[in-house]
Amino acid sequence: MEGEPTQSAVVSDAISAEQPLVDRARRGDAVAFGELISKYERRVYRMARQITQNDEDAEDVLQETFLKAFEHLDSFQGQSKFYTWLTRIAVNESLMKLRKRKSDRTVSLDENIETEEEPIVREIAVWDDTPEQKYSQEEMREILDKAIDSLKPIFRTVFILRDVEELSTEETAEVLGLSIAAVKSRLLRARLQLREKLTRIFKRKGDQILGYAK
Amino acid sequence: MQNEAAHTQAPRKEMVTCHDFLRELNDFLDETTDPALRAELEKHITECPNCWVICDTTRKTISVYKGMEPQPIPQSIHQKLMGLIQKRCGCGSESHSGEEPPVEGQAPSK
Ligand SMILES: [Zn+2]
Repeated sequence: MEGEPTQSAVVSDAISAEQPLVDRARRGDAVAFGELISKYERRVYRMARQITQNDEDAEDVLQETFLKAFEHLDSFQGQSKFYTWLTRIAVNESLMKLRKRKSDRTVSLDENIETEEEPIVREIAVWDDTPEQKYSQEEMREILDKAIDSLKPIFRTVFILRDVEELSTEETAEVLGLSIAAVKSRLLRARLQLREKLTRIFKRKGDQILGYAK
Repeated sequence: MQNEAAHTQAPRKEMVTCHDFLRELNDFLDETTDPALRAELEKHITECPNCWVICDTTRKTISVYKGMEPQPIPQSIHQKLMGLIQKRCGCGSESHSGEEPPVEGQAPSK
C-alpha cells in the first residue's frame, strides 16, 4: 500500500502540456478545441450518462458542455485544470437535465443527509480474487453501471467525480458547491453502498458469511 | 471538550471500535489520516476480520471503478459535435468551409 504512485506529478505534466492547446482554443482556434474535444469527450459523455441515466440527455449534455466551454473559454483563468472546469459545466448541465426529468426532491444536492442514519454494512464476505477475469469487459461495465444507477443522485454524483473521474476532494467540493465535509460523508456512504452491491455479486462462493457486530 | 489537533470525533487513545473504523474508512483508504490514528486503524484490522474484509472490499470497489476506461462515443455524436463547434467558430479567422459535415436535425431540446 505504501508505494502507491501519487498522481500529482502526472497531472501537472498533463496541465503544462495542455496549456498551449487551451490558449490556441481561446483565440478561437477550432482545430485546437477539436483536440480538446477528442481528448475529453468520452469522459464527459460517460459522466453525463451516469448522472442523467439517459442516452439522449447525455448527448445533449455533451454538446452543450463543449459549446459553452468554447464560448466561455475567456472566463477560464487557468487556475484550475481545464478538465475540472469542463467537468463543472458538464455536471451542472447534467443536473439540470435530471431536475427537468424528475421533479422529485431526491435530485437536490443540498439535501441534508447528515441527519440520516449510519452507513449500513450487511454483506461481509471476501471477493473472488479476480472478478475482472471472471466477467467480460461488457459484463463488468454493466454490473458497475447498474450499481451506480441504483444510488441516489447526491451519492452517485460525488462518487463519479471522486472515484471515477478522480477529482480531488477539494475539486469535487468546488464543482458541486459543497463543503469538504459534505463531500467526504457522501463519498463514504456511496462507497459503502456500492461495496455492498458488488459484494453480493463478487463474493467468493461457499465462504461463510461473517456477522458484523455493531 | 475540543481537541485542536484531532478530528472532530477521533477515537480515544485506548481503543478503536468497529464503529470508529467505519467512520474513518474513507480517510484511511485515501491515506489522509494522521500517522497516529492510522497506526491505530491498522492495528484494528489486524485484529478484526470483519473490518479487514470491509476495508479490503471497499478498496476493491474503488479500484474496479477506477480501472474502467470510458468507451469511445458513437462516431455520429462526435461528428455532430465537431460540426457544431466549427459552425460556432465564425469568430473572424476562418469561416466554415465545405469540409464540415452537413448538420441537419439539431439538438432536440430548446
Ligand atoms: Zn472492527
